[in-house]
Amino acid sequence: MNAVIDIAALLVMPFLLGGIMNRVKAVAAGRRGPPLFQPFHDFLKLLRKGEVVSRTTTLVFKLAPCLSLAAVVAAALFVPLSRGRAFLEFDGDFILFAYFLGLGKFLGLAAALDTGSSFEGMGASRDASFGVLVEPALFLLLGTLAFVTGRGSFADLFRLADGHGTLSLIVLPLAGLALFLLILVEGGRGPVDDPATHLELTMIHEATALDNSGPDLAFIQLARGLKTALYASLIANLVLPFCPGSVLPVVVWLAAPVLVAACAGVIESVLARTRLTHVPQLIFVMTALALIALGSAVFLAGAGAGGAP
Amino acid sequence: MNGTILKNGKPVGLKDIPVLPIGEFEDRVKAEALDGLRVVAFFGAAGGRDAVNLYCVLADDENSRLAAFATLFAGDRTYRSFTPDFPAFHLFEREAYEEYGLLPEGHPALKPVRNIFPAGSDGEVYPFDRVEGEEVHEVGVGPIHAGVIEPGRFRFSCLGETVHRLDIHLGYQRRGAERLFLRPGAPPEALLLLAETVAGDECLGHGLAFAQAWEGLGGADCPLRALAVRGLALELERAAMHIGDLAALSGDIAYLPGQAGLGATRTIVINTLLEICGSRFGRGLLAVGGVNYGLDGDIAARVRANVDAAEDAADRLCGLLFSSASVLSRFESTGTVSPQTARALGMVGPAARASGLSLDVRADHPAGPYASFPVHRLTLKTGDVFARAYIRRLEITQSFNFIRGLLDGLPAAGDLVAPPRPLRPEAFVVSLVESWRGETVHAALTDASGRLARYKIVDASFHNWSGLEQAVRGNGISDFPLCNKSFNLSYCGFDL
Repeated sequence: MNAVIDIAALLVMPFLLGGIMNRVKAVAAGRRGPPLFQPFHDFLKLLRKGEVVSRTTTLVFKLAPCLSLAAVVAAALFVPLSRGRAFLEFDGDFILFAYFLGLGKFLGLAAALDTGSSFEGMGASRDASFGVLVEPALFLLLGTLAFVTGRGSFADLFRLADGHGTLSLIVLPLAGLALFLLILVEGGRGPVDDPATHLELTMIHEATALDNSGPDLAFIQLARGLKTALYASLIANLVLPFCPGSVLPVVVWLAAPVLVAACAGVIESVLARTRLTHVPQLIFVMTALALIALGSAVFLAGAGAGGAP
Repeated sequence: MNGTILKNGKPVGLKDIPVLPIGEFEDRVKAEALDGLRVVAFFGAAGGRDAVNLYCVLADDENSRLAAFATLFAGDRTYRSFTPDFPAFHLFEREAYEEYGLLPEGHPALKPVRNIFPAGSDGEVYPFDRVEGEEVHEVGVGPIHAGVIEPGRFRFSCLGETVHRLDIHLGYQRRGAERLFLRPGAPPEALLLLAETVAGDECLGHGLAFAQAWEGLGGADCPLRALAVRGLALELERAAMHIGDLAALSGDIAYLPGQAGLGATRTIVINTLLEICGSRFGRGLLAVGGVNYGLDGDIAARVRANVDAAEDAADRLCGLLFSSASVLSRFESTGTVSPQTARALGMVGPAARASGLSLDVRADHPAGPYASFPVHRLTLKTGDVFARAYIRRLEITQSFNFIRGLLDGLPAAGDLVAPPRPLRPEAFVVSLVESWRGETVHAALTDASGRLARYKIVDASFHNWSGLEQAVRGNGISDFPLCNKSFNLSYCGFDL
């Protein structure tokens, strides 16, 4: 039963989360906004459309969107879902998760460079630079969780509730905030990126998909939505261990991403976009949060409050 | 002052402008420019039998007067370029070379101004500035842009994300506007409509500049009530465009409250123009010799109510915009133009005032409604995107106050249009208007039979595009759209 919920949620969330962010922004601007599932309708529309492919491109450009989506789907197998369990689990699987996402990103960037367009090249260069900065922050965070829980598989990292009392109270909000920043950076949302802009020179994520159309564009958008949903599921899993019963965790797991999307929408509505050269500072905030979490974990473990081996 | 003294909108006889020998012309223009006079217009005009007249109009802003010089090129069409000493001449000289073959010797970059396909070429051959080096990469943007805007080509030479140099190539909207004013037998009403389309977003600015030039040449006195309506309309246009610009600046940095709120506020203002004359851009409001719509009935009261409402909303939203840290961090120190650069390039309008230049035609060369209602010059010092945005906020308030002042002292209803009079033959007039974008210049020459012989238009964009090229140097290329929007220059006003 839970597996059915998991799969259904993974199919719906990528579209719903984008729809929620857009709706929140529309309401903030005094508009009614498009239907919540507009991203899904757009997806279907794109699937039915033809494609325009630049003559300068090669096979890389044609294959990348498909493979990139496949990489994100593969990464989804290791993410803890509604029961706090993933489809596949083994020690160190979170490294495979991170590099499946990395592979997806690499393919997208390779395709962007393949077009030979200066806009796509600039977008790819920005996306790659920020991706490089995000990676240490992500591993620092996961490493901290591993240190705290003393476990090795992705799903087990989030079993913070199992007797870590004080420590989990410190680590949990820091990890949640860091993951939320990760969604903003990797999902191309404000204040890091502006998904609504038409100005190629300012784009990060959008620029790498400028030359894509039809089903390829649909795959790219789905992969991006799925990535956001996966990170949102991680945030949900931080609180799941504290939810007793069998129904409550599922409800929380379904509600948390919606809340996360709404928060992202609110942030995008009230903040101007950061200057591009200041984005690394925002990513360093994520690293700093992970460092503080690790520091407190080490300190408390030394003081005997933690449960780490 | 060595040249013939002119006043804004007041004609002089062509004979009163002495045609100097080329050497003396060069010396005198140079001496006046050294004295701090600013080039307002510099253009060729056919002088009969293969000869070309070159006119130069310089502004003495402190004393509210203009100086005009002329010279005649009969055989040899070369002169010493003013550009190396006074960069503000650079586009004027390129233009005179393109249109009349007057060769400025020593011009550092004698490139096409509006010629996209020069004669004898089989494609676009615009010589973009090039920067050599291993790490330099070029980014080409346009001529077709994302979004519904005008065409123009930008070439960035970048070092990584930093713009080292920008070269802008325009001319894609060239339609020969100046020549269209010389159509034989065209009634002035048709020419006024033409002037309104020189730059569609400065409809009232260019329309008023034409009307002022034509009325000057004909010696007509515009009725007082019509003058008041003109001032009111021009300030409504200014407020509407400035509010729209602040909305667009918010949009460029993805600041939703500013974009949505100010966009809606602009609608209140342009809908006021709609109520007055049936066009949101003020098309057809002006008439040669006056105005077509006189704020009759309860329209004046509605204008006042709308102005109050729009000012309230703009105040509230600007308060939000200019106190938001995320907005200020984008605006401040972005796209800075120093006062020295602004003065050297001859920048005008809000962009110049944001860089500390105290230039405002309404105060420097007051004419029409501004002759009796003085406008205070506003300046800011920093010359960055923040200053160009904030000067707009100040000018919005100034415009609304000006409109309220006009409404308070609105002359009693009466004639709205002065009867037309024939143009003075062999005369020369320079008409300056401070449109929302800056100084709008219309200069006209009449022939012996009292018909227009040469019509010259200088939009504020003509000066300020060079300012944008300088502003983006050393900035991130991702900040270019923001810099661009903070200038919001016209392509068709430049291309003519």
